[in-house]
Amino acid sequence: MKFPVKLSALLVSSALAFTLAAGSASAKTLRWASQGDVLTMDPHSQNEGLNNTMSDHVYEPLLTRGKKLQLEPALALSWKAESPTVMRFKLRDKVTFHNGAPFTADDVVFSIQRALEKTSDFSAFMQGIEGAKKVDNLTVDIITKGPNPTLLDQLTEVRMMNKAWAEKHNAQRPQDFKNKEETFTARNANGTGPFVLKTREPDVKTVLVKNSNWWSKIEGDIDEVVYTPVKSDATRVAALLSGELDLVLDPPVQDLDRMKRDGNLKVLEGNENRTIFLNFDQGRNELLYANVKGKNPFKELKVRQAMAHAIDVTAIHKQIMRGLALPTGSMIAPQVRGYSKEFDNRWPLDVAKAKKLMAEAGYPQGFEVTLDCPNNRYINDEKICQALASMLAKIDIKIKLNAMPRSLYFPKIQTGDTSMYLLGWGVPTFDALYTLQSILRTKGQGGDGNWNFSGYSNAKLDAIVDKLKTEPDFTKRAALAKEALSLNLADVGHIPLHHQVIPWAMRKNVTAVHRADNRMHAKWVTLK
Amino acid sequence: MLAFVIRRLLQSVLVMLAVAFIAFSLFNFVGDPVSLMLPPEATQQDREEVRKTLGLDQPFYVQFKVFITNALQGNFGISLRLGRPVSALLAERLPATLELAFAAALIGLFIGIPMGVYTALKRESWISRALLTTSLIGVSLPNFLIGIFLILIFAVWLGWLPSFGRGDVTQIGFWTTGLLTVTGIKALVLPSITLSFYPVTLIMRLVRSEMLEVLRTDYIKFARARGLTNRSVHFGHALKNTLVPVITITGLQLGGVIAFAIVTETVFQWPGMGLLFIQAVQFADIPVMAAYLCLIGFIFVVINLIVDMLYFVVDPRLRVERPGGGGH
Repeated sequence: MKFPVKLSALLVSSALAFTLAAGSASAKTLRWASQGDVLTMDPHSQNEGLNNTMSDHVYEPLLTRGKKLQLEPALALSWKAESPTVMRFKLRDKVTFHNGAPFTADDVVFSIQRALEKTSDFSAFMQGIEGAKKVDNLTVDIITKGPNPTLLDQLTEVRMMNKAWAEKHNAQRPQDFKNKEETFTARNANGTGPFVLKTREPDVKTVLVKNSNWWSKIEGDIDEVVYTPVKSDATRVAALLSGELDLVLDPPVQDLDRMKRDGNLKVLEGNENRTIFLNFDQGRNELLYANVKGKNPFKELKVRQAMAHAIDVTAIHKQIMRGLALPTGSMIAPQVRGYSKEFDNRWPLDVAKAKKLMAEAGYPQGFEVTLDCPNNRYINDEKICQALASMLAKIDIKIKLNAMPRSLYFPKIQTGDTSMYLLGWGVPTFDALYTLQSILRTKGQGGDGNWNFSGYSNAKLDAIVDKLKTEPDFTKRAALAKEALSLNLADVGHIPLHHQVIPWAMRKNVTAVHRADNRMHAKWVTLK
Repeated sequence: MLAFVIRRLLQSVLVMLAVAFIAFSLFNFVGDPVSLMLPPEATQQDREEVRKTLGLDQPFYVQFKVFITNALQGNFGISLRLGRPVSALLAERLPATLELAFAAALIGLFIGIPMGVYTALKRESWISRALLTTSLIGVSLPNFLIGIFLILIFAVWLGWLPSFGRGDVTQIGFWTTGLLTVTGIKALVLPSITLSFYPVTLIMRLVRSEMLEVLRTDYIKFARARGLTNRSVHFGHALKNTLVPVITITGLQLGGVIAFAIVTETVFQWPGMGLLFIQAVQFADIPVMAAYLCLIGFIFVVINLIVDMLYFVVDPRLRVERPGGGGH
């Protein structure tokens, strides 16, 4: 007797499903979530935190960062400067991509070139890099335009792809909006990393499985990683409470206390290398959004000092951040090269002195100004701005708060259309130059002052920044950075508020490594 | 008949154009997608270039014309956020939303009608009063609150049902369905109940008031005088005559349920069109927003058109050619 085809197919598939289910019972799956989805699987297309986290599982750079953010060799075994503009890398032997192709120097040359393309989002990490040259199958020279002291730091975000695979699928360039099609690499991946992309359903879920052929050993015990974006805060917390998720990368701050009390959950807190600070237009002769005509109060040092003395960061720390922030007077976080502890001594809170300073500056009646603020970019950003408004009101600076979503906020401030704004700045290279050059330096060519929309300018500081660009000695770099940051502090060019602290929430049985760049890596996760 | 249909069709086209126009003009206020697509280090020149390739440098009416011409060919461009064709994205999400909306509408009918009949027949019983009072909560509580309550009770406390997602889905041709797997059906329960709260209340109240009206009419009295059983009077005669408006309203509600699934989908991370739309708004993903609003407009227009034509069939008064000028 023969089974009808359909029935037998059904039997086979259900038997298969059963064996699969039985197989996964022993396999350990890490189910984690955060608010938004990974935008693409292309490693050179979106330089964004979550995206880089996902890329780190599948793709690998030449050098990577360890648990303490220290530089470690990944696909490169060793490196040596051949000349001030040439760095020679010896590549790791017998590494294969997930499709079985061997990893060679050609792939490095191709990947560097790809990251240099116009549609690559990684130009910040390609700064000063001209290209790569193959020496032999396992040796590559990376050519820089001049001496580049942060080259190794930069390379940790430049991930390696397989040349033949990318070419076969017509993906020599990262996402290109000109050809109105989806780039193959957006939903498919072929890296050398510890996890292999199994399925990718944008906005629904992304599944990775362990790469048993990985060149190194996975410390944790995760066999499968399932990432699901869950947009609603309440739902994300509920799913963690009900055990449908193991780890949540961005638990809402107001729920943390409750989670800490819950017997099944724990909260892991760590500092992020992101600093939140206040900016004010010191360039224009008349502010765009203020009731003072013909002059710019922010040009007066005494007004800036008065504001610094009027802002109560401990109140922000306690009331708004609920203890989850490091109040600071420094423009860079402690993890960043060039940081010095004395920068954390802030201007003391002293409203009487602030009022006196305002009077001396010629503004005893104060003035009115608009503060632009994002409302979905940094932790509690809008609430921070509200608090700033009420604090500055005490010295008669009346703040008109203009809070808006990031999609409106950034285009507005990027065109300099602002008088006062709140910014948070992270330092992916872990070197102070990143902040000094983009935020503090006077606007100039390339990266110089490209995020300085306040018109802040100090010629002495600029000269130091230019020296830092090529200074290779790390002790000298730290001293230079310190000098530059002190100049900015004396100017009160910006008012730093705090470094962000990032909490992760997880089930009690999860052990994970919290890193200051907010990157979760499944290779360090164990499930009991 | 033909003239009526043509007139209605023309009106529908006008409505669609208006929807497209309003949707499109709104996009001037959601922000600049270019700044989200490019790295912060991009120069003004890079920005201009991308703006040019995307056609964002063109004046409003040119952009609108291009949009309409392409839309007529089913081409809504490419999502700026996901880098994929919008039509493909919507086609992927449509099944999830439709399954959710139909489940909610069915719950609305199968719970709303019996409740309506009951409250009409037993007006004075305390159950009726309780139902009417709770139904007030149904219309006045916002959807996301109901959703979060249900998640708290059934996912967190009782652990019976999943709190988010769609479970495992089966692909049948272009359609993905969650109805063939246990996890898929379990995942459908909470969101569809959440979404059905409003239709249930509405249908219950509608059935109740229609029933009360019908029960007062002469033919019900005659039916009773003929000695028919209560059951046959209530369900065979009374209920039958209340159903025409109920079905109309349910049909119209279906459009509303599809459109307002946005909130429910966000709460339950239901991978439908509403969720896609919300994410598009945050990214200023103009092509997705435009396509979504047009599609929702289209669904409403089609449903209205069908209802209008049904009226034409059902109501003989509409068929009489009136002398020009008059009417209401």
